[in-house]
Amino acid sequence: MTAISPTADHAATRDASIAVAEGRAKARLRRRHALVIGLRLAILVVFLGLWELGADYNFIDPFFFASPSGIWQQIWSWITEGTSQGPLWLQIYVTLEETFLGFVIGALGGIAAGIILGRNRLLADVFSIYIKIANSVPRVVLGSVFIIALGLGMASKVALAVVMVFFVVFANAFQGVREADRAMIANAQILGASPFQITRTVIIPSAMSWILASLHVSFGFALVGAVVGEFLGAKQGMGLLISTAQGAFNANGVFAAMIILAVMALVVEFIITRFENYVVKWRPAPFNEQGA
Amino acid sequence: MQLQPMAAERLSQAAPPADAAIAIDDVTLRFVTPDGHMMTAIRDFTMTVARGEFACVVGPTGCGKSTTLNLVTGLLRPTTGNVRVMGNPVTDISRDIGFVFQADALFPWRSVIDNVAAGPLYRGTPKAQAYERARDWIGRVGLGRFEKHYPHQLSGGMRKRVALAQTFINQPKILLMDEPFSALDMQTRTAMQDELLGLWSEQKSSVVFVTHDLEEAVALADKVYVLTAGPGTVKSVYRIDLPRPRVMADIRYDPKFIEIAKVIWNDLREEVQLGQCRTLQTGH
Repeated sequence: MTAISPTADHAATRDASIAVAEGRAKARLRRRHALVIGLRLAILVVFLGLWELGADYNFIDPFFFASPSGIWQQIWSWITEGTSQGPLWLQIYVTLEETFLGFVIGALGGIAAGIILGRNRLLADVFSIYIKIANSVPRVVLGSVFIIALGLGMASKVALAVVMVFFVVFANAFQGVREADRAMIANAQILGASPFQITRTVIIPSAMSWILASLHVSFGFALVGAVVGEFLGAKQGMGLLISTAQGAFNANGVFAAMIILAVMALVVEFIITRFENYVVKWRPAPFNEQGA
Repeated sequence: MQLQPMAAERLSQAAPPADAAIAIDDVTLRFVTPDGHMMTAIRDFTMTVARGEFACVVGPTGCGKSTTLNLVTGLLRPTTGNVRVMGNPVTDISRDIGFVFQADALFPWRSVIDNVAAGPLYRGTPKAQAYERARDWIGRVGLGRFEKHYPHQLSGGMRKRVALAQTFINQPKILLMDEPFSALDMQTRTAMQDELLGLWSEQKSSVVFVTHDLEEAVALADKVYVLTAGPGTVKSVYRIDLPRPRVMADIRYDPKFIEIAKVIWNDLREEVQLGQCRTLQTGH
């Protein structure tokens, strides 16, 4: 039996060829990245260009479907001259405030309820049917009830946002608690953890990925809650801006408000993602979408 | 050749010695399945582990090997018979017990040092002291450079080392292990078996080690319990008189080891076949 080992002569040439191959691979990755960004931009330009041209030549009636330049003019005039209800930033601020309050209250309530029911089988069995019923009610309709009960001010919008957020977060927190690993719980128990310590150091962290996933979705829901609430009756806010534009047959205004809301949602989504990455830094890096 | 089945358990069950670390006395455990049927997990099960003794439990799949461990922790209560740990009846999870799981039971959101310090922290040790002890134990299992790593950044063998440190830091008088190394590759498993024997000989704990791997059982144990196909009961008990300290990498080529393994395998084989037939017939 002889051991076979490679000779060391070729080491230098091998290293050189590896460096060349690596350089090529890196260049290929850079090119692909540039291609993706380029294609994304191209799609945007083509889409807006066709829309604008269609509006100019009356393929698309700008009275109903607006036009990119009209939307931009509308946003610009809101920024420089303010809206019919006062300055634009105030509308954004009001809507954001309602959204945030609703989001925070709804999320905290959902997490608390999810953990309590997830840890207590009897409560879960008793309440599950009611939660299913409450969840199947179209919650936006409650907006009307809240406006009647709480008035045109902030409270009714916050209440609607809370209701929109609560069930999503609750469902995920509950599921997360239920999926907590049995072996991990038994391990903590044998290492000496009390039931409260188990909840705090095992159940909540393992439900965290579920909860955080629901926060992404539910912020959008909170925004819908606030805007719909304003739509139904308000003195300030982006929803009122949309409903005023609708009343004046101002399609540009509706689209402009929609874009502002989308930007708000994207900014908050970005913040939530940063928060998530900070909280679950123990997790293996996910297989991320390229160039994101 | 000092190999012979020890006195049948039925004879010894009359008087489990009072100073035994673990005494499972004529225990039967039944439970109701979710669809309302009665299942017998183990029946007429008797087992004694002396202080500082290393006992292995082998048996076919689904014969109730893990059940015996859960009886000792108190997570399961016997339907009849009684279980005593360090002379006291099992009422709650004892502070004397350490448990190493088959699956990865580390907390993935905690770094290595936070995982190892978990036991003392749960038991109310001051933070500084808990971390000092954790650092010491991480050093003992050879992971000094990985204190700040998270479990997902470690290999399977390293995670097992963390699990051992996490268990041993509580200085358990009784160590229960449920197929702890079954997911590891051959070389890593051999290394971990050596590591375990080293820690065990320092700590003088009493061990119950459940495994489906007969050679692992013979290599590690003072005493091997062979269980019947489920519902499990003790078929026979063997004392393993291989000298200690044992070196895992070499012991499997020791002629005496091979002879012992053969004898026990002859005993175990029919149970394994029976268990497999039954699995194929019932589908679970």
